[in-house]
Amino acid sequence: MSSNLGSMPLRYRVTIDREQCMECERCIENCSYGVFRRDGDRILINSRKCTACHRCLAYCPRDAIMLEEQPCDYRSHPVWTRAVRESIYNQARTGKIILAGMGSVANLPIIFDHLMLDACQVTTPPTDPLREPVELRTYLGKKPSKLEFRQKPNGDVELSTELTPNLMLETPIMLGHMSYGAISLNAHVAMARAARETGTYMGTGEGGLHPGLYPYQDRMIVQVASGRFGVNVDYLERGAAIELKLGQGAKPGIGGHLTGEKVSADVSRTRMIPQGSDAISPAPHHDIYGIEDLPQLVNSVKEATERKKPVFAKIAAVNNNAENVAAVARSGVDAIAIDGFRGGTGAAPRVFRDHVGIPIEVAISTADQELRNQGLRNEVSLIACGSIRESTDVVKAIALGADAVYIGTAALAAMGCRVCGNCYQGLCPWGIATQRQDLVDRLNPDVASKQIANLIHAWTLEITELMGAAGINSIESLRGNRDRLRGYMLDEGLLDILDVKSVGA
Amino acid sequence: MAKQVTIDAKGVHYTPLNQQIRKAIEDGADEIVVDNVLGQRFIGDGLRGNATIRVNGVAGGDLAMFMSGPTVIVSGNAEHAPGNTMDSGKVVIHGSAGDAVAHSMRGGKVFVRGDIGYRGGIHMKQYETQRPILVVGGSAQTFLGEYMAGGLLLVLGLDGVMKAREIGSGIHGGEIVIRGDVDEACLAAGAKKLPLTDEDRARIAPVIREFAADFGLDPEPLVNADYTRIVPASARPFAGKYTWE
Repeated sequence: MSSNLGSMPLRYRVTIDREQCMECERCIENCSYGVFRRDGDRILINSRKCTACHRCLAYCPRDAIMLEEQPCDYRSHPVWTRAVRESIYNQARTGKIILAGMGSVANLPIIFDHLMLDACQVTTPPTDPLREPVELRTYLGKKPSKLEFRQKPNGDVELSTELTPNLMLETPIMLGHMSYGAISLNAHVAMARAARETGTYMGTGEGGLHPGLYPYQDRMIVQVASGRFGVNVDYLERGAAIELKLGQGAKPGIGGHLTGEKVSADVSRTRMIPQGSDAISPAPHHDIYGIEDLPQLVNSVKEATERKKPVFAKIAAVNNNAENVAAVARSGVDAIAIDGFRGGTGAAPRVFRDHVGIPIEVAISTADQELRNQGLRNEVSLIACGSIRESTDVVKAIALGADAVYIGTAALAAMGCRVCGNCYQGLCPWGIATQRQDLVDRLNPDVASKQIANLIHAWTLEITELMGAAGINSIESLRGNRDRLRGYMLDEGLLDILDVKSVGA
Repeated sequence: MAKQVTIDAKGVHYTPLNQQIRKAIEDGADEIVVDNVLGQRFIGDGLRGNATIRVNGVAGGDLAMFMSGPTVIVSGNAEHAPGNTMDSGKVVIHGSAGDAVAHSMRGGKVFVRGDIGYRGGIHMKQYETQRPILVVGGSAQTFLGEYMAGGLLLVLGLDGVMKAREIGSGIHGGEIVIRGDVDEACLAAGAKKLPLTDEDRARIAPVIREFAADFGLDPEPLVNADYTRIVPASARPFAGKYTWE
């Protein structure tokens, strides 16, 4: 029975300037979605297949290709928007849940953009990072509430407090968890090399650790999610730290699954599941049915690795965030990553991605305040993630209480990603969110790693300058320092929750 | 000659206890007898090798989690999730065990003589030659084999009728074999019932014999009994649930 809804209007229109085009066919070669094809002496265009990935524009030697968004208007309506109507048509036709890629497209205000950073002037002079050290080295993990020393027989004094393992970062920017399966091996290798070069760490995601990443294992945070894919004692021992994934900002409260089509031979080997079978991560870990079970899981991982590695937990930012964070802190983890509602994903139900969760700015600030109130702040480090877009977001997140951040989409963009949001199709023309070998080969890990390292280096320099301008010479002095932030056009209630003063105050 | 080490667990916290067991293995012990165990968790957690660990008492949660190789024999009961995410090796429990037994187990065997709690065999999965096996001598509770993605889950029902409901919800791999008939109403979405074929019987017979040998039972009545085999209705339970944006 065919649908009587007809076809949807074009989302994008692609045109070729025929005067400029020299018919070199690079557009045909580069487009994995099949927008271009040759027909006789012409290159024909099927705009319907376009995802706005920009690969054709980027590789057209004559700048002959143009791309417009939404060339066809519906009757304008403030309530029944194009997105709303097209979702209805899609679901009326299929009766299914709509899956979407990348972070939320909901048009909600971004709190980071309404927080202004402070700077020093004459009453307190700024610090000059060119000639004065500004320390960005960050240690993630438990800090002792007090230090004790003992005197040795020869009179020397030594530390008697036993320190728990910490991760040492040269910059407070880490590369967040994206699984092998969701993204390509070349993308993973590029990030791992960049992490090593910049003195930071990257997350494996929940897809296991591919042997191609073993040379970088000292820079990897291995993730244990509810599906336990690729998890064995060897995997746990390889990681510099272990992260228990309890939630994800793009889809709080639900699990995830990699469809069988994407479970290639290599992905199957890395996840340790049969080729072609669905890889299902249920919503909860089935050995955590209550908060009292979380310490059990944390300690089981710690016992398996002889308490030599920090254990992180990642949770999605939701309304009872402060209670969640305090509970997780008491479970014995060394760091908590909080993923805001704009976090990216390979695929999430659209309703979750755009409607569930809270912003990272609120989540990180309320977490930091609650941990301080309960005297637990030294027990865990906080990692902010989910829409960290630029260096100022990093500084603002730290001023709101984070120790460090994870970046995901920003790292993908550094490799070429145009944030077209079609990751779930597995056809990424940039060789990032795909397992198709001819596409994967397009991403040169040497070049991509250099670009990611450049991004981290550039942000690190900017963070140093911003801190210097604020008269702050160490990351410890910035952490939770809300006095260096002012809210601009934020309402009183939100300022109160963030514990930030208004501009001018 | 086999080297045996005895450890007294009375009043010892699990971390030093596990350190002692690990040290004994490093020192070349083939058999480690741990006496007076009273709920210490994580015994055998992440251990490798071929040693046998005899746990005299009641083992705490996550027994043999992430274990890769050794054999653990428990004289009493075990708390929740023995064999959790286990890679290879064997766990033999002479008493009963709690919830989530063999959770995400990906290889090796867990044999429980008595009953198990809820969510037994949840998310068990297999890969190439690694095929996990959970055998329950007694009965199992509800949500047996939930999200099961591979392996064999065998329930012998030696001590009475099994009352588990919602069997195999979300199952997308592996098989659940239960002695006797199972009411269709006890199956969850995604699971379907099949009769046991002669080939299936030949496949599970060695497992039954090994189980019977471990617990001193006569295997023949069990080998020849009637069984119900429960398998996934689809290897892709969510395949029809989503459409693209």
